[in-house]
Amino acid sequence: MIRIFVPRDSSAKAVGADDIVDAIAKYAVTQNISVQIVRNSSRGMAWLEPFVEVETPKGRVGYGPVEVNDIKGLFAASFHEGGKHRLCHGRVEQIAYLKNQERLTFVRAGVTDPVSLEDYISHGGFKGLGKALKISGAEIVKEVTDSGLRGRGGAAFPTGIKWKTVHDVKAEQKYICCNADEGDSGTFADRMVLEGDPFMLIEGMTIAGMACGATKGLIYIRSEYPDAIATMKEAIGIAGAANWLGHNIQGTDKSFSLEVRRGAGAYICGEETAMLESLEGKRGMVRPKPPIPALEGLFGKPTVINNVLSFAAVPFILANGSRAYADFGMGRSRGTLPFQLAGNIKCGGLVEKSFGVSIRTLINEFGGGTATGKNFRAAQIGGPLGAYVSAEQLDLVMDYETLASHGAMVGHGGIVVFDETVDMAQQARFAMEFCAIESCGKCTPCRIGSTRGMEVIDKITANDNRTENLQLLQDLCQTMTDGSLCAMGGLTPMPVMSAVKFFPEDFGAAKQMAAE
Amino acid sequence: MTNKTTILDFVKSPAEAICASHGDRPDKLLEILHDLQHEVGHVPENTLPLIAKALNLSRAEVYGVATFYHDFHLKPTGKHTIKLCRAEACQAMGASELQAMAEKFLKVKMGGTTADGQITLEAVYCLGLCASSPAMLVNEKPLARLNEAKFRSIVAGLQT
Repeated sequence: MIRIFVPRDSSAKAVGADDIVDAIAKYAVTQNISVQIVRNSSRGMAWLEPFVEVETPKGRVGYGPVEVNDIKGLFAASFHEGGKHRLCHGRVEQIAYLKNQERLTFVRAGVTDPVSLEDYISHGGFKGLGKALKISGAEIVKEVTDSGLRGRGGAAFPTGIKWKTVHDVKAEQKYICCNADEGDSGTFADRMVLEGDPFMLIEGMTIAGMACGATKGLIYIRSEYPDAIATMKEAIGIAGAANWLGHNIQGTDKSFSLEVRRGAGAYICGEETAMLESLEGKRGMVRPKPPIPALEGLFGKPTVINNVLSFAAVPFILANGSRAYADFGMGRSRGTLPFQLAGNIKCGGLVEKSFGVSIRTLINEFGGGTATGKNFRAAQIGGPLGAYVSAEQLDLVMDYETLASHGAMVGHGGIVVFDETVDMAQQARFAMEFCAIESCGKCTPCRIGSTRGMEVIDKITANDNRTENLQLLQDLCQTMTDGSLCAMGGLTPMPVMSAVKFFPEDFGAAKQMAAE
Repeated sequence: MTNKTTILDFVKSPAEAICASHGDRPDKLLEILHDLQHEVGHVPENTLPLIAKALNLSRAEVYGVATFYHDFHLKPTGKHTIKLCRAEACQAMGASELQAMAEKFLKVKMGGTTADGQITLEAVYCLGLCASSPAMLVNEKPLARLNEAKFRSIVAGLQT
C-alpha cells in the first residue's frame, strides 16, 4: 500500500486539492495501484499547493503545484514510488524553504493528519499537558513566564504575567478564551493551527486552564474560516472521547471543557474586550479598560485571553522547558514567531523563525521577491493596522522593540508585499476606509475620524489645498492615536502616516517636505 | 371556530426551535442567528421579537446584534453568496481589478444580488488565503489564485 498525502488545509483546497484527491484515487484504480490517500495539514508552502507527498523508503518526496491534468504524467513517471518529474521537489525535509526554518510550534505542519490523535501523540503531542497535570498551577505559570513568551496576537504582553494575575485571583469560575478572530490581512498562521494542528491548541488551552484554575474554555473563531470551525469542533469531540478534555482528564482530578463559538464578520471582535461582548451574545462594542479582563472578563469573571499562537507555543514550553524556548530569539523577544509571507510574493507561505530575522531575509531569501517579478515597493507589516515599510527599511529585524522604535510593529507576524505598481495614497485611504467600515462606533476619534480621514486623503490626491490638508491629516491621525479607546482607531494612523512619510511622492508632496 | 387548542400551539417556529436547541441562552445569540440564517437564508425581521422573548432580551438588544454584524441579513439574499476579499494581501494581487470585473460581469454592485436572484456579491476582509491571493468564498467553499477566467468559470458552474 502506497501512502500519498494531499493537504486538507483551505489554502490547498482553494486551489483544487479535493479534485486532486479524486483524480489520484480514480487513476490509481485504472492502473491497479493500491494507494491510501491521507489528508494531512499543509507544510505552509502556499505557492506549491496543492503539494502532494509520497511516502518512500528514503522519506517523503513532494510534488507541486499539482493540477488534475498532471496526474496521468505523475503516475507515468512513477511518482508513487518517488520518481522524477518536473513538479518533483525531492525529499520534503530537504527543501530549503523548510530546512532553513526553526519550527517549534509548526513542527507537525504537513507531517500529520490534523484529526488523528495517534499522529498527534506519536509526534510529541500531549507531552506538555502530561507534565502540566503533575505540577501545580504556580509552577506552570513560572515555566511560561520564564520562557519569555509574549502575546502573539500583536500586543506582545508577557503571557506568564497575564496568567499569574488570573491564577492569583480567587473566583468560583474562571475562563480561558482563545482569540481566533484572525482578521488581519496577510496573516493565516492561526488558521493553519486551527485547521492543521487543532489538538495543539486544545493542549495549550488546557494547560492554561490547569495553570489558572479555570475549568471552561471558549474558542472564538471568525466565520470567514468555515473549515477551521469544522476541524476544531471535530478535534474537540475526539479529544473529549479520549479523555484529554472533560472530567478527570487522564485519570487525574483535573477537569477542563472547550467550546467553539463563531464570529459573524466583525473585525473589531479581534479586540479582546469586543470579543468578550460578542461571546456574551452582544454587539461587539469595545469595553473601557480597566477593569482588565484578567480580573473581570467573560461574564465579569477572571479570564485569560490569548491568541491562538500564544496557546500553541505553550505545549512546547512545558514539554521541553522554558529554557529551550527562551534560547531562541533576541532582546526581549524570546522564542520564535511564525511569520506569514503574503500578497505579491513569489513564494508565499509560513516561515517560523527566531525573532531577529530581517525583513529582507524573509521577503527575498524565503519569499523569492515579488510574484509579478516587478520591483519591490512596499510591505505592510503586522496587518491592516501595521506600518508600510519601504525598500530602504528592509534590513530592520523582526523584534518587537526594534520595529516599535521605527514607528512600525510586528503585530501577528504578517508581511504583505506590494510591487512598484502600488499607489500608496490609495493604500492610506483604504486604511481609513477599513477603519470606517469596521469601527464599533463607541469612541468618536475612530468612528468619525476614519471617515474624515478618507475625505482629507481624497482632497490631498485631488491637489485641493495639499499642504494644509497634509497637515490636517497629521493632526487627525494624532487625535485618533491619542484619543481612541482601542487599537482599531489608535493604530489606523500607523499605515496612513507611514505611507505619507516614506512614500510622499504618491501624495504629491516633495520628498523632503513630508520627511520633516 | 372555537378556541380549541390545536396541534399548532405546540409547534414552535424555526426561530423558537433554534433558540430552544441552544437552551434559550442569551449568550448564544450569535449562534442562534447563524443557525437561523443557515436554515431560512436570512434573518427575517419578524423573527426578532420571537428570539427576544425566548432569550428574555429586549427587541432592541436582538435587533442591535442582528444589525451590528456584517454576516447577518435581514432581507433575503441570492441563492449563492460570493464573498470577494478586498483586504490588502488580495489588493496586492489585483483584487480591486477583480472586483470591478466581477461587478460588471454580474451586473451588480458589492452587497447586491443579481436580477435573477441567483448570486449575492459581498465584500469580505481576509479569508486567510493571503499567500494565494486574490481569494473568495463561494457558499463557504474557499477559492484562491483567482483571475478573470477562473472567476467566470466558477460563476458558470453555479448557474448550471
